[in-house]
Amino acid sequence: MILGSINPAVLMAALMVAATPILLAAIGELVVEKSGVLNLGVEGMMIMGACLGFIVAVNTGSPFLGFIGAAFAGMALSLLFALLTQALMTNQVASGLALTLFGLGLSALLGQRYVGITPPRTPKLDLGFLSDIPFLGRAVFSHDIVVYLTIALVAAVWWFLKYSRAGMILRAVGENHDAAHALGYHVKRVRVLAIMFGGACAGLGGAYLSLIRVPQWTEGMTVGAGWIALALVVFASWRPWRAMAGAYLFGGIVVLQLNLQAAGVKIPVEYLSMSPYLITIAVLVFISSGRARASSNAPGSLNRPFHASS
Amino acid sequence: MRKPLLRLEGLTKAYPGVLANDDVSFQIGEGQIHALLGENGAGKSTLVKMIYGLVKPDKGRMTLRDRPYAPAQPSEARQNGVAMVFQHFSLFDALDVAENVALGMENPPPLRDLAKRIRDVSADYGLPLDPNRLVGDLSAGERQRVEIVRCLLQDPKLLIMDEPTSVLTPQEVEILFRTLRQLSAEGTAILYISHKLEEIRALCDEATILRGGRKVATCDPREKSARELAELMVGQILTPPERAAKPRGDVLLSVENLSLKSNNPFGTSLKDITFQLHGGEVLGIAGVAGNGQDELLLMLSGEIPSPAGQVRLKGQPIGQFGPNARRLRGLVTAPEERLGHAAAPDMSLTANALLSGAARKGLVKKGFIDWKKTDSFAREIIARFDVRTPGSHVLARALSGGNLQKFVIGREIELKPDVIVVNQPTWGVDASAASFIRQALLDLASAGAGVLVISQDLDELLEVADSFAALNEGRLTRVRPAKGLTVEEIGLMMGGAHDMHPAHEDAE
Repeated sequence: MILGSINPAVLMAALMVAATPILLAAIGELVVEKSGVLNLGVEGMMIMGACLGFIVAVNTGSPFLGFIGAAFAGMALSLLFALLTQALMTNQVASGLALTLFGLGLSALLGQRYVGITPPRTPKLDLGFLSDIPFLGRAVFSHDIVVYLTIALVAAVWWFLKYSRAGMILRAVGENHDAAHALGYHVKRVRVLAIMFGGACAGLGGAYLSLIRVPQWTEGMTVGAGWIALALVVFASWRPWRAMAGAYLFGGIVVLQLNLQAAGVKIPVEYLSMSPYLITIAVLVFISSGRARASSNAPGSLNRPFHASS
Repeated sequence: MRKPLLRLEGLTKAYPGVLANDDVSFQIGEGQIHALLGENGAGKSTLVKMIYGLVKPDKGRMTLRDRPYAPAQPSEARQNGVAMVFQHFSLFDALDVAENVALGMENPPPLRDLAKRIRDVSADYGLPLDPNRLVGDLSAGERQRVEIVRCLLQDPKLLIMDEPTSVLTPQEVEILFRTLRQLSAEGTAILYISHKLEEIRALCDEATILRGGRKVATCDPREKSARELAELMVGQILTPPERAAKPRGDVLLSVENLSLKSNNPFGTSLKDITFQLHGGEVLGIAGVAGNGQDELLLMLSGEIPSPAGQVRLKGQPIGQFGPNARRLRGLVTAPEERLGHAAAPDMSLTANALLSGAARKGLVKKGFIDWKKTDSFAREIIARFDVRTPGSHVLARALSGGNLQKFVIGREIELKPDVIVVNQPTWGVDASAASFIRQALLDLASAGAGVLVISQDLDELLEVADSFAALNEGRLTRVRPAKGLTVEEIGLMMGGAHDMHPAHEDAE
């Protein structure tokens, strides 16, 4: 039996690693969209993070500094987006797409001399006896620290949006920016901060790809992870824990697909590599087929430009 | 004489091209209910935005309790005891009542304590509210309660209310007035903005009247007649619309037992709607906002299709048709939202004339647009309906509300329809344009067409309608002749004050 060659513990472990970069990008974009901004530049910010994170890590020998650099790279690019959409009032969709193209191009240029190098290794976190638990130890407790920090970040974002006053203001700005402005909240300031957070998260997600998951730098290495993250936010109907469930589901499909290929299942490879994307589309259609806005919980002012004219 | 609370001296604010406020001075006493009266565009909103710190005056100064007062932002105004209930734009549908209240406060207590205080304060003033409900699910009256309670929790010295009754039934207005009088008796001053004269005469101690950005008078509204106030406000003498006596024609439009699900999650579904509209008849449909008016218009315009036989035009089933097919058959509509629904904001008047006139006027031939004919059609509308604009090439968004509304309604009337359906035809339109539009609708009815007017403005409906019905939570009441109906009866048709129980009955 070919499927017997797939070890569930290894599969689970690989799934968490595969899910982490898209989860990071998605949780950042979730906050951005909750503030009412649609930033389609996630892919571009991720690849900039992947590239800059790689360069910094290679040059300093420290993956930690690499991640910091990646966060700043993503944030820098997102600030460009913030400048365009919040100060210059350009169209968010067009600016986001431009950001993706720009990020892909710039990272290819910057990363030219780094192709084929191996980055410094990020150590696995030593969790002592936890790692020795059968199955769970191998599947859940044998990862690098970023995997766990990402889960903590999801919890933090969930708490921030649900319980903190700042989170409430952010949701209010995303829900109805005219009302928020009338009450005296700084719509643009909130949005710029959210955009920066989203950029930093996307950058981290990119660095996770180039420093841990792959680990290598190649041009265009994110291959659509940013788009998956964007879809994930809608899939999760703007709820952090659902975004995590979605990321793990997606990661699971990716990993399973790889394993099936390795196990020699008699389906053309192309179909298998297509499957995660097909399933994402199917889930999106399924989710948005209901009574759209109420069931999907989309922020009311999403993708609407804000003029403080009145 | 009351002790002055807020004094305004020479407030002036200019926007590019308009002087919104020109040297406005008056004062409000402690505990006084002071009316600010004026037409749309008279500068009322700009003035209160200056008091609330949303807009900075170019010139002039304000004194609050003998101290200079110049709020840089709303939070500063709130710290000084100035609170504001907005006409719209200040609630968040997807957030619950407690969160909405917290967002309007400077230092809100933790949400659990806040929920308790909301229950207490709302009970004290007879405005029951459940802090855990989503605002998107509340009725218009309840939403306003959220805004009022939000202000009351901050113990304001001055409460600004911007057109508070435009969304209430007459019975709800009565309850609101009771609350306001109680507040005034407790020493809270109220600045009450409105263009409804009878309300102001019933409620206010003093009135300041604005016209074209300038103060024209401060007076005691109880000593003036509504007509005198209106003339001060408008600056000219208004003639009420006239209608020629006309015989009632055949049934033109009929709707039978139609139920329709709203396509908006916070919308109201239509339930079992039945009515008939005759030639020469003006049917007025009243109702508080959000009771299915939008859905009714969409259903009649064809934007939401319905089972064929349940909507009939001149006896023919038309339920299955879209807007253009209905227009061709003689049913035209003018929705409430002028910019973005009735007209495309960034297109010229000519293009906008084409959008609805193409089919009936034959402006398109073999797939090509006859621009010459279209432009002359647009000019015709502009000339006949007195649309003030430099020309037909002007973008729709550049027109003032009243002028654009004249254009939009005129465009439909020029199509010589058998039936016209309009929603809020004079909302946000100045008085002279409003009376012009009403007259045009009456003329159309006199010529034998059926006219259906959906409106939240009762005075308007009483002025134009021959028969009368009300929408309440998606249900339409029986159609009754307008003659002899009292405002109280209409209020009850609109649902009375059914969602405003006395506080202690609300034991959820």
